[in-house]
Amino acid sequence: MSGARAVLLGIWDFVAGDDWRVALGVVAALAVTALVATSAVAAWWVLPVAVVALLADSLRRAGRAARR
Amino acid sequence: MSGAELGLAASVFLACAVEAVEALTILLAVGTTRSWYSTFCGAGVALVALAALVAALGPALTSLPIDVLRVGVGGLLLVFGLQWLRKAVLRAGGLKALHDEDAAFAEQTEAAHSAGAPAGFDPYSFTVAFKGVLLEGLEVAFIVLTFGANQHRIGLAALAAAAAVTLVAAGGIAVRAPLARVPENTMKFAVGVMLTSFGTFWGAEGAGARWPGNDAALLVIVPSLVAVSLLAVAMIRRSAAPPTHEAPAMVSG
Repeated sequence: MSGARAVLLGIWDFVAGDDWRVALGVVAALAVTALVATSAVAAWWVLPVAVVALLADSLRRAGRAARR
Repeated sequence: MSGAELGLAASVFLACAVEAVEALTILLAVGTTRSWYSTFCGAGVALVALAALVAALGPALTSLPIDVLRVGVGGLLLVFGLQWLRKAVLRAGGLKALHDEDAAFAEQTEAAHSAGAPAGFDPYSFTVAFKGVLLEGLEVAFIVLTFGANQHRIGLAALAAAAAVTLVAAGGIAVRAPLARVPENTMKFAVGVMLTSFGTFWGAEGAGARWPGNDAALLVIVPSLVAVSLLAVAMIRRSAAPPTHEAPAMVSG
């Protein structure tokens, strides 16, 4: 493995941690917040809803894996 | 000190204290079994590297436009915070083993013994101490940077981190053993809640949302997230608990 690839993998591992779906979900939720903020609708509720959904989904998958 | 600054200082202090307890266990294991001098050298070089990282990236981050900074910082805090919170909830729910400093100490000590006897400067102690402090400290350095840069209070964040390291080091010197009684999971739970709450607040603001009540929204976000997390712990415990008795037979009439 080349040095640059190892560094990139290390950074990805550091940021994404055990569950990359959470990192992806956070990016998507921020994008949706930005989109909604450009409309006339209030956008503050998007992230709290996304956080609860991401946490619940991550816990559900971790729980299922732990019981296997 | 404002509420947000107090939250910054408390979050950084707790996160740093937890990581310092884990780093202390590694240092004690290699220091007591091999070479204190080489262990201190390794830990010192790692601390200098972490301080250099904060000093180099801090001014660069604070020069970014505030909304860009808030989206970036909010996103990173959310990702880190949700990871901390997820692990803390799983541990509190009994689905993940609690971090045991005594067991970690025993494991590190065994590894240090089996690496052979040191002669003079000990590269093994240096490397293990350097890696331990650098890896445990990297996430804290990012928390110091992101929290500090967003409020233009990197100095306060660094001070909170230094206070935590000093307190844990003093505790380690006093008991000369791993700090196994520190409630690590409770602290990780609190850090997870704080990082996720501030990440939600700043991320949304950076993306263009306006919070009802402005900063006062944090007074709703933090307790709400605590309630959701505690509910998750209760649900995991309930679903994981073995049945305590047979289901009662249906009685007609």
